[in-house]
Amino acid sequence: MSDAPSLTLCDATLRDGSHAYQHQITAEQIQAYASAAEAAGVAYLEVGHGNGLGASSLQVGESLLTDEEMLTLAKEPLKHTKLSVHIIPGFATIQRDIQLAMDLGVELFRIGCHCTEADVCERHISFLRQQSEEVWGVLMMSHMASAAVLLEEAKKMQSYGAQGIVLMDSAGAYLPEEVKQKVGLLVENLEVAVGFHAHQNLGLAIANSLVAVEAGARILDGTAKGFGAGAGNAPLELLVAVLQQKQILTGVDLYAMLDAANLVERLFGSALPTMSDVSIVSGLAGVFSGFAKPVKRVAEQFQVDPRDIFVELGKRRVVGGQEDLIVEVASALAAGKETI
Amino acid sequence: MSELSIAILGTGNIGTDLLLKVQRSQSLSCRLFAGRNLASPGMTKAAKLGVPVSAEGIHGIERVAGEVDLVFDATSAAGHLLHAPVLKSLGMIAVDLTPAKVGKMCVPAVNLNECLESVNVNMVTCGGQASIPLAYAIGQAHQEVEYIETVSSIASRSAGPGTRINLDEYLETTESGLRSFSGCQKSKAILNLNPAQPCIHMQTTVMAKVQEPDLTRIRAEFRKVVSLITPYVPGYEVIVEPLLENGRVISMVRVSGLGDYLPKFAGNLDIINCAAIAYAEALAKKRMGA
Repeated sequence: MSDAPSLTLCDATLRDGSHAYQHQITAEQIQAYASAAEAAGVAYLEVGHGNGLGASSLQVGESLLTDEEMLTLAKEPLKHTKLSVHIIPGFATIQRDIQLAMDLGVELFRIGCHCTEADVCERHISFLRQQSEEVWGVLMMSHMASAAVLLEEAKKMQSYGAQGIVLMDSAGAYLPEEVKQKVGLLVENLEVAVGFHAHQNLGLAIANSLVAVEAGARILDGTAKGFGAGAGNAPLELLVAVLQQKQILTGVDLYAMLDAANLVERLFGSALPTMSDVSIVSGLAGVFSGFAKPVKRVAEQFQVDPRDIFVELGKRRVVGGQEDLIVEVASALAAGKETI
Repeated sequence: MSELSIAILGTGNIGTDLLLKVQRSQSLSCRLFAGRNLASPGMTKAAKLGVPVSAEGIHGIERVAGEVDLVFDATSAAGHLLHAPVLKSLGMIAVDLTPAKVGKMCVPAVNLNECLESVNVNMVTCGGQASIPLAYAIGQAHQEVEYIETVSSIASRSAGPGTRINLDEYLETTESGLRSFSGCQKSKAILNLNPAQPCIHMQTTVMAKVQEPDLTRIRAEFRKVVSLITPYVPGYEVIVEPLLENGRVISMVRVSGLGDYLPKFAGNLDIINCAAIAYAEALAKKRMGA
């Protein structure tokens, strides 16, 4: 079959976009976008709280809808597009969250962790494989580890049963040469497909995605209009267009994807991410893009410069899930005292 | 002077650190250090200290029946589920450092005396030992607590394989501890491992939703309970006093360890072990008095 897609596109609009919408995505928005994604023909649609299953919390933000509501609504219009979820051990558990997602008909489970901690995923990945579910491993904040370390962690995930490995540039901090080196090393040494998930903080989301493909990646993440954390993701409509120019088959219909992007503009309007002074500093500091909204809020409360908060968080090498440190850093900055 | 004779089951980070603390204790003496691998770093350390060791795990403990009053179980949640009935039948008190949640949950600063009659005591989790005192203070200050959440961040290096494989149990046990000590209706626990170098010290945040929070009262209750923790966990430090942020009560503590087996950043390991030692010493004292 010569026109079989050679590249798998994962649409994370209704998961990464949750960060940009302070986790308040509504039932109507989910239904409308899921139908558009199905019409466009993306391979997978990832849905849920920005930090994945079971993550609704004061720490990273409470969701308007429960996981069950979001997944049920999204599943309804999907026929060819498969429903996917993001799962971070330390937030989600097998018993409470993964079982539920299985019951609701989720078809791809992407188990993620900070990029040096793959062994915390062992139980979740192997459990799902025992249940014959499709499972990928996701290495988050992957700008923080060397290519060799990422390979070692990816191999662990592969040994637990992961059928794909995605490197996430969760902070939007990668430069193209780094993408080439890291994705390339994984492609060369893993048996499973490798993917890349870009963020736009330094304006490189599309460029980095293309470099990843040239380095052998067979999976790309993106979101319609780049609707996602921080400065947003690789805009899917642009990815589809550029890949079409390069004659790389994705199975996605360009016009239907452009329609989906227009829909996102109507649905989320002013919440669509833009580049700003703060998102650029965040990318330079290498801080998780999901911190953008809480940093803005806390900076206002403590009357400090949000850029200073990002610089300080970057120095501390914080990882996703450590949002509580924003308050500590801001209160220390406000008090004008040195933080460690 | 009469001492409580103890054994340690599990020779990883937790078990080995416990051993060093037992060695220092005036009222505890280690009869056996039991695990599976005589070549492990913990076993080597124990042998060097002249402590009797066994590679037969729970069977090693069975062989010293009658000579041991109390066993610290530092294996894994699945391990403790198997060990608990054996220890009970041997007449040994089990102090469970895994999140198996078999016995009564014990946070010494809050309910030490209530636990002294139990045959199986669960030390909740490291995050539980750090967060429950604050949750308890909020529960003392307010009749109705809608929701409590805790987030702990620990250094990757301080989390051994047992900790990593038990993340789900860690979350479930910590959540259950928060509910039972604060009386709140809903709870949530989150754990982050951070690989940053130099290693981060354990840090725990508690956030709560209460109607019309009385910060003065909460702070006073918290100070009271902190004064009961620091005698057995000297590195317990309040870094953000309870305050209101975005309509929720939030407070943070940092825990530095004593630096016995792992360096001081491993406050997570230290706080649960200090709690277990505080419990065993209280039991020793009670038995001496009796």
